[in-house]
Amino acid sequence: MDALKQELKERIINALNLEDISIDDIQDNDPLFGDGLGLDSIDALELIVLLDKEYGIKLADPKQGKEIFQSVETMAQFVAANRTK
Amino acid sequence: MAVFIHDTNIISPLGFSTDDNFQKILSGKSAIEKVFINDKIGSVYAGKINDELFNNHFQSINADFKGSRIEKLLIAALSPVVEKNPIKDDSVLILSTTKGNIAALANNNLSGAFIDQLAKNINSYFGFNTEPIVVSNACTSGVVAISLAKRFIEIEQFTNAYVVAVDELTPFVVSGFQSFQAMSNEPCKPYDASRTGVNLGEAAVAVFVSNDDRTESIQILGDANINDANHISGPSRTGEGLFLSIEKALNEANIESNQIDYISAHGTATLFNDEMEAVAFNRLNLQNVPTNSLKGYFGHTLGASGLLETVITIESLKNNVLIPSFGYQKQGTTQQINIITKKEQKALKTALKTASGFGGSNSAMILVKNS
Amino acid sequence: MYAISKFINISQDVVCENGKQIFHNQEDTFAAFMKNVYKRLNISYPKFYKMDDLCKLAFIASELVLQNETEKEIALLFSNNEASLNTDLKHQQSIQNPEDYYPSPAVFVYTLPNITIGEVSIRHELKSESAFFVAENYQTDYLHKYAEYLLKTNKAQKVLCGWIHFLKGDYKADFYLVEKMGILEHSKEQINDITK
Repeated sequence: MDALKQELKERIINALNLEDISIDDIQDNDPLFGDGLGLDSIDALELIVLLDKEYGIKLADPKQGKEIFQSVETMAQFVAANRTK
Repeated sequence: MAVFIHDTNIISPLGFSTDDNFQKILSGKSAIEKVFINDKIGSVYAGKINDELFNNHFQSINADFKGSRIEKLLIAALSPVVEKNPIKDDSVLILSTTKGNIAALANNNLSGAFIDQLAKNINSYFGFNTEPIVVSNACTSGVVAISLAKRFIEIEQFTNAYVVAVDELTPFVVSGFQSFQAMSNEPCKPYDASRTGVNLGEAAVAVFVSNDDRTESIQILGDANINDANHISGPSRTGEGLFLSIEKALNEANIESNQIDYISAHGTATLFNDEMEAVAFNRLNLQNVPTNSLKGYFGHTLGASGLLETVITIESLKNNVLIPSFGYQKQGTTQQINIITKKEQKALKTALKTASGFGGSNSAMILVKNS
Repeated sequence: MYAISKFINISQDVVCENGKQIFHNQEDTFAAFMKNVYKRLNISYPKFYKMDDLCKLAFIASELVLQNETEKEIALLFSNNEASLNTDLKHQQSIQNPEDYYPSPAVFVYTLPNITIGEVSIRHELKSESAFFVAENYQTDYLHKYAEYLLKTNKAQKVLCGWIHFLKGDYKADFYLVEKMGILEHSKEQINDITK
């Protein structure tokens, strides 16, 4: 699980162009949206693409994203349970 | 100096003339249906011009022309307008489009996708003696193009302009909107409580604008194009840019909100756009003005939408008829606005056309019937 | 009648302000070049890194012109030849192969040239008139007239005009600010000089 979380942090940084942020800056349970990383609505959509591209997970309803992307922790749990890649 | 819109023409799934389009709308017909895009995307609800019907129609305009589909659409749109208003030395072509011939990229043809080249081809086809002006301003392009025509005529840069607008339904655009989760899986419902997003569409439109005052002309009384300065893809929650655009247009036209008889709004049927428009209209005390979105009839025709919907707005004014907002049943915006639900004969003189688009763009234009 | 108060030119490797070189690129890539200028500007605007190349270029050029500007009613008239084709190619690539089909919203949003205007509007809080034009070359005649029109009619207090070219690694930005007082006359000759 730890390896997956590290991988997710790296992929989030790359996919969302978070240039001045490093893996160490992102805590597992920090909220991804809101103040923390300053992610916005396009980032949320981009994370949906990331789930599909890297882990083969297609969300049935994009609104599920709100729960899944709360933190790296919740993302990792979801990916571990649903990945097809 | 007063500037007017005279002849118009529409090429859309509902017909190949303004009259055909308006008659179909009056009879409650929508162009939205299941359209096959490609093997990967499959089918989506959209408005698509029937190629067989269009090609037959185009034969009667020019049997020999061999160019791209988008050029044919533009030529078909503009030809009748030019026939009625022969081009003069100072006439200028103004083209509005978001993607131009973007379909060329799928065939690895980069040079074929340059928008200025598309404009040049149409320019030389019709024999304009001036350089065309091309505006690409997301979904407000069509209204911005008329705004530019009016402003340049006012400062006497030229006396008349042929404003044309076009965008095609392409996998390029469909795939992009799908990545935005912005597309509805059913026919779109602007302003409705159960709306789930856009349907895309395509059209080519042409209008003739000049400082000539003719009997059937519609005057462009005021216009403004103000940015939200908020977000590149989401509208301002307070409808700031749209509010300012309408306010400035009203000021320029020297009229009050209560003199507007009808609003032809943007209404894409996304949650945020429709909500934002309702906020902006309420801020200006326009919540009781009969309002519709025409996107339930055509889909969202992107760079053509501003001009397409302006032409239908003009037909409403000329025929004194309010057109129902296709797809609407129940209030779906937090703030109430007066969505037209039934066709109604009513004396109409002044209309407000609004548009909004990616990049935080907004446009507002006041049209008045001088009769 | 009106004047140009400041102009910025960016081309392969060089940034000039009012005709004088203020920065010489030492980096290998455009992204690194722009990042360097961004860092030199000492601003904190992480959204910069999400922008596509065309927007980064427009952002940096605008930032250099508007650095100490307090006016908010600045109209934005941007133009180029290729619209957003540079990013359009990226989007096309993401949908070309059905086996590797991942259209990205972060890419797609930049497949409109007026997003350059959006980014600058947001950064400088400019709720103003704007338009994006497409032409083979800089349209001095009508942009000169249109900028003056906006000022004369009080639809703007200043006008930022910019040519932003970015296609397949080839880039050029020529931006100038038009207002009542300035260092150069707002004439077609001066505009041609700045945008040549």
